[in-house]
Amino acid sequence: MEANEIEKENVLLEHPVLVQKVKSRFGKSIIETAIFRGEITHVIETKDIADVCNFLKYDPDFQFNFLSDLIGVDCRPLNSYFEVVYQLYSIPHKYRIRLKVRVKEGENVPSVTSVWRTANFAEREAFDMVGVVFEGHPDLKRIYMPPDWEGHPLRRDYPLVGYKDQYNPFGVEKK
Amino acid sequence: MAETLDIRTDNTELTTREITLNMGPQHPSTHGVMHLILHLQGEKIMKAEPDIGYLHRGMEKIAENLLYGQFVPYTDRLDYLSSMTNNLGYVMAVEKLVGLEITERAKYIRVIVSELSRISSHLLAVGAWGLDLGAITMVIYAFREREMVLDLFEMLCGARLTYNYMKIGGLRGDLPPGFKEKCAEFIKIFPKRVDEYETLLTGNRIWLQRNKGVGVISAKDAIDLGLTGPSLRGSGVKWDIRKDEPYLVYDRLDFDVPVGTNGDCFDRYMCRVTEMRQAASIISQALQQIPDGPVNAEAPDIVSPPRQDVYNNMEALIHHFKIVSHGFKAPVGEVYASIEAPKGELGYYIRSDGTEKPFRVKIRAPSFVNLQGIDPMSRGAYFADVVSVISSLDPVFGEVDK
Repeated sequence: MEANEIEKENVLLEHPVLVQKVKSRFGKSIIETAIFRGEITHVIETKDIADVCNFLKYDPDFQFNFLSDLIGVDCRPLNSYFEVVYQLYSIPHKYRIRLKVRVKEGENVPSVTSVWRTANFAEREAFDMVGVVFEGHPDLKRIYMPPDWEGHPLRRDYPLVGYKDQYNPFGVEKK
Repeated sequence: MAETLDIRTDNTELTTREITLNMGPQHPSTHGVMHLILHLQGEKIMKAEPDIGYLHRGMEKIAENLLYGQFVPYTDRLDYLSSMTNNLGYVMAVEKLVGLEITERAKYIRVIVSELSRISSHLLAVGAWGLDLGAITMVIYAFREREMVLDLFEMLCGARLTYNYMKIGGLRGDLPPGFKEKCAEFIKIFPKRVDEYETLLTGNRIWLQRNKGVGVISAKDAIDLGLTGPSLRGSGVKWDIRKDEPYLVYDRLDFDVPVGTNGDCFDRYMCRVTEMRQAASIISQALQQIPDGPVNAEAPDIVSPPRQDVYNNMEALIHHFKIVSHGFKAPVGEVYASIEAPKGELGYYIRSDGTEKPFRVKIRAPSFVNLQGIDPMSRGAYFADVVSVISSLDPVFGEVDK
């Protein structure tokens, strides 16, 4: 526990801007901030995510011009929501930061394709695998699974062996 | 076909009806099972849509159902041309999650094998590229040296494709006797062999015509599209994780990061060739600096005891059995660790809920993200240029489709 406290202080000293400036600029939109293993995570209100991303990309103190990855996570059964994780990198400043939004089943997340074009494939993947719908994505369709596939394989309630059908005799019987 | 030749002549420019051509999924130039839907106006590309997923095996779903250590062999099957770096990215992410520091010797060995891996991956990239554009000799030359690298890997771990050499907390084994000498010998002859490739391709008139000015992408677009590795550096962006966020012992080694200027296929080719030379220099420095000592970290809850003890000591055997069958618990949290794989930034995002199995593993595969570059690179180019563009991105479909 103590080691983790020291680590947090080190991160704050090293990159104060990543925590303090983001908090002072978007205080109301930030639900919580966590530091683990030297990585900073901000949980953002879903409706504000595109604005926050846009600010982080163009502000001269941050210049997060590179979206490393966009990850969909099904947090059930521990929590009742899905998370979308944005892993940002700033090539000029060599910073990394992680943003997160939490959505319930049936809620949409604003797309960040207008901020980084990388998000196009990444959001399609998150939609295909976890079933998060991104509002404003130019062409939101499945990327790995065939277009007529039912269900989202990376959801916690989707069986590891898949559902039983004519191609998958070993699958789980669908209820 | 007659329909498509409906030429309208009321305009000054000749236009034909746009046709859609399916390239792949079974096509020798798509480097695997990629299905590329090309919208053509005559022979000009209006739009290129990659359709992927033919090799999807659900790696991330599998990872959620395995112990941390059990997923290492699966990572071999991602970018199967450079399995060592896939192992490295994953074990580094898990080590970061559990807060484990590995030994100095293990760090050096990891650097040596990842650079050898980079050489073998770039050799195949350049060789297959030559093959696609008709320079068939190149692939024969490239395989000659790739064979030597694979022989070295075979000495290390007995496998030639799926190595499974790295484990959480260290390595499966130390360098075998004779490895250092054989590796040094390879590094000594390799730069001369790279000269041979350059004689074949760099000044070759056909090679230049097929690659110079083809598939141009600006630095701004390349960053915006998330391109990494030689595909990004070809556009003049000097970003290499080995330099900018040094991991292992890259900060103690002296090497250059080659960048291009025009962002065309030829610059991406030159980046790969120069990177091979730099990799050889990194290996020779690492071979000189490598210290003696153990290759596995002192962490009894995570790393099993040395193999010799497991065979001769009852307690060590029980300990080994416990780690193999039960694994270890990771603290609650999430980490993202990334390395500079031959194709670009390979990142693993791992979330733990405090149990022995990861809650979520997400693989940031460089080939998958780089594939988005095909459309902007080939728009307005001719059909034949698409082959150059695909080869210059060097996608591997084990990694794209996961």
